[in-house]
Amino acid sequence: MEPLLSIKDLHVTFQTHAGNVNAVRGVDLSVGKGETLAIVGESGSGKSVTSKAIMGLLPKQNASIDQGEIWFEDRNLLSLKSKEMQKVRGSEIAVIFQDPMTALNPTMKVGKQVIESAVKHRKLGKQEANKLALELFELVGIPNPEARLNQYPHQFSGGMRQRVVIAMALACNPKLLIADEPTTALDVTIQAQILDLLKSIQKKTGTSIIFITHDLGVVANIADSVAVMYAGKIVEKGTVEEIFHQPTHPYNWGLLQSMPNLDTKGKLYSIPGSPPDLMNPPKGDAFASRNEFALAIDYEKQPPMFQITKTHSAASWLLHPQAPKIEFIKQINKDLSEHKPNYNKTENKQTLLEVKNLKKHFKLQSKQTLKAVDGINLEIKKGETLGLVGESGCGKSTAGRTLMGLYESTSGEVVYNKVSLNQANKKNFTQKIQMIFQDPYASLDPRKKVEDIIAEGIDIHQLTKSYNERKEKVKELLETVGLQSEHASRYPHEFSGGQRQRIGIARALAVEPELIIADEPISALDVSIQAQVVNLLMKLQKERDLTFLFIAHDLSMVKYISDRIGVMYLGGMVELAEADELYKQPMHPYTQALLSAIPIPDPVVEKSRERVILQGGLPSPITPPTGCRFRTRCSLATEECEVVPKWREVEEGHWVACHYA
Amino acid sequence: MQDTKQQKKFSDDLFQVVGRREEQSEKINRPNLTGLQDGWLRLKKNKAAIGSLIILLILLVLAIIGPYLSSYSYEQTDYEKVFMEPNSEHWLGTDKFGRDQWTRLWEGTRISLYIAVLAALLDILIGITYGAISGLKGGKVDNFMQRIIEILVGVPNLIIIILLIMIMKPGILTITLAMVITGWVNMARLVRGQIFKLKNQEYILASRALGAKNRRIITSHMLPNTLGIIIINMMFTIPSAIFTEAFLSFIGLGLQEPLASLGVLINDGFRSMRNQFYLLAFPSIVIIGLMVCFNLLADGLRDALDPRLRK
Repeated sequence: MEPLLSIKDLHVTFQTHAGNVNAVRGVDLSVGKGETLAIVGESGSGKSVTSKAIMGLLPKQNASIDQGEIWFEDRNLLSLKSKEMQKVRGSEIAVIFQDPMTALNPTMKVGKQVIESAVKHRKLGKQEANKLALELFELVGIPNPEARLNQYPHQFSGGMRQRVVIAMALACNPKLLIADEPTTALDVTIQAQILDLLKSIQKKTGTSIIFITHDLGVVANIADSVAVMYAGKIVEKGTVEEIFHQPTHPYNWGLLQSMPNLDTKGKLYSIPGSPPDLMNPPKGDAFASRNEFALAIDYEKQPPMFQITKTHSAASWLLHPQAPKIEFIKQINKDLSEHKPNYNKTENKQTLLEVKNLKKHFKLQSKQTLKAVDGINLEIKKGETLGLVGESGCGKSTAGRTLMGLYESTSGEVVYNKVSLNQANKKNFTQKIQMIFQDPYASLDPRKKVEDIIAEGIDIHQLTKSYNERKEKVKELLETVGLQSEHASRYPHEFSGGQRQRIGIARALAVEPELIIADEPISALDVSIQAQVVNLLMKLQKERDLTFLFIAHDLSMVKYISDRIGVMYLGGMVELAEADELYKQPMHPYTQALLSAIPIPDPVVEKSRERVILQGGLPSPITPPTGCRFRTRCSLATEECEVVPKWREVEEGHWVACHYA
Repeated sequence: MQDTKQQKKFSDDLFQVVGRREEQSEKINRPNLTGLQDGWLRLKKNKAAIGSLIILLILLVLAIIGPYLSSYSYEQTDYEKVFMEPNSEHWLGTDKFGRDQWTRLWEGTRISLYIAVLAALLDILIGITYGAISGLKGGKVDNFMQRIIEILVGVPNLIIIILLIMIMKPGILTITLAMVITGWVNMARLVRGQIFKLKNQEYILASRALGAKNRRIITSHMLPNTLGIIIINMMFTIPSAIFTEAFLSFIGLGLQEPLASLGVLINDGFRSMRNQFYLLAFPSIVIIGLMVCFNLLADGLRDALDPRLRK
């Protein structure tokens, strides 16, 4: 296959006031015609920088391309003048950005935005342009396109906006489409729709796609070939089957192992540590210090690319003829099997927290009420982990914060250890119930030292008597979460996302709580770091007999960590059951759709399975549908669903709110 | 394609499995910098800001020690030596009453700076308190407090100042008060906006979840995180206060002779501008210097402290 685009030895450096960051350190890539190449990597691995270099969109004032060539057909894009580059951009190469909320101009009709580039590059008249816009809207599956063309972006939902962005990118029939994390900001059910759409578009137009993502499940679904990036370099590339079934680079091994599938039990494999600081990249293999099987030479010399098959190559010294042969899978299975899973029998345990018909309504400025949480019931038993899943906007985070007492509930009751919580006695519970937050960047005060952040609860509740005792305690907590005691005097901005999240966990642990509400604690973290945090949480649970309420949208992780799982939709609970039971026998049609939308990191499974794809997006919680809230998207919906279904126990421990379960 | 067959021979012990070095990957290699140190490093790179800082420091030192360098006092008249051009005896000449201009100039600069800094500090004190309460309470309280601010903003400044001067004697205190009465409004709005933004930050929620009371949240989280913006705003407030003072004195509503301030001196110099230009020139140079330098420094500080630009 003749390559459409090939990158040769690309180096990109950013100048910051603290020093130079070598963001991309020698990337070789090529994309064939009609091929989908996925670039996978953690944040900071240089994948987005590479795509920006292709587009010529690197910020001029502080980024420089030190060496390398980018050949697109017969032109070297790096040697083009900016005028010529403008012609290429938009008409031959187009981009789909991550966030559909900011990629569209809010003051311009979407129809006009979609054809803007086509009018410029293809010099279309008004009539032709309008016709094109209609065709594009039909192509990306926007219902009722004539009317939708004249609307503004705020009238579209997130998934619909992403469709508009895709339509915009397709306006000039580009030969290459660069999709920079196009589904990261979307919910799983919407993500499934968009991935489907991209595949069908590729079939129709034959365009090549570079798909940048950190989600291996998505890669398995969409890619033909894959390049895995780490610390500014490609560590392994090959066809999707090769990458998933014959992983060769230890980083790729670790990455694949640290994703739980729906059957994973026991301890999760995790890659320890954090990615290197690219301001002073290590002189050897950048992954060596996190690699269990690192060779002495890894610390000395950078490994070259070793060719394994015609399409498959990897940069690891383990492939050198002199290197020992390592049976990676066998090795880690041995390690992991030493940790036998402990099945939490939850039946005999006492109830720690009980929620009865909890409601939280927000009054909006427009005099409407937003029913974020509208009557949920649940019970958390001592020592168990209850997972709470649902799409964004379903009220799961609000539910957590209301339980915590951060929001005052509108009605309903929260009973903790047989005492009913209210505003007056909530202070007595701040020490017992703690919270871990979603965004590791926003949840730590940037002006405080790590020491003071962790010790905040200690200070408030005056848990230590002297300064030295406090210092000892902080040191101990840092070690518990796998950080070093020298970190105490540092400021949060010096840490990576995973390290920050562990600081957040240490802060919650400082007051020795009984119940921890974890509000999407891993959704902002990279795959290799997610497993670390999950393992840490499970270890802490075992050691300290903690109870968790684990709020998340990543279903495979929730399945792995939880004993029981509750599914929320639009402010209400639709199903609650033991984790295994819920996955084996989902009763509510929404749960079934959610389960079917999870991307699975295995290209064979992923390419053969049938999906239940939900139509449309989440209705607004201000004016939810009457009766069963799911009926507008449900395939089973009948007239009966106009009556609110009862929350009933269908089997022992399996609750569901649906007429047909 | 890179070469696939390694021709070079490596010694075999390089291929021993040595395992991971976890400490190394968790280590932080960057120097330990606080937010302010980091800001200082950025500021140092801004030549205009550093130049301004140096000029301001020189002006400040002169304003403090300047009057004592000559043997005259600022109100001492000498009718034999009126309107003298700058000479070795009177470095910047004398005015219509034979008062030494050098002494008066630095005395005036000192008073102008004093008024401006005092006004800015009072602005901050009132503004932060008002803004913080308004932002943190929110709802009806905030609504009410914002209406008060709107009323204050609605009444023209000059009317308030003229009324105030009719009641009280013109002087340093009056003029400071006159500026503060409406000046704090900006700061209050700024702080309120920040507090609103910070209120829903996860670290504030985390602090609440740990049981922190409002007082702790304000003093230990919100104020430190607003400090940068407060400093920047103060740096912009000072030159505008200097200008307001000069303006009021110039139109005769501010300080009265024999007291000196930059406004009084400029007014004085303006009257004899045609024949004794030096009387107008020097105070003008000083006030221009102050205004330009404060603004440049404030600009530099904004770039240095604004967390949005930090990586």
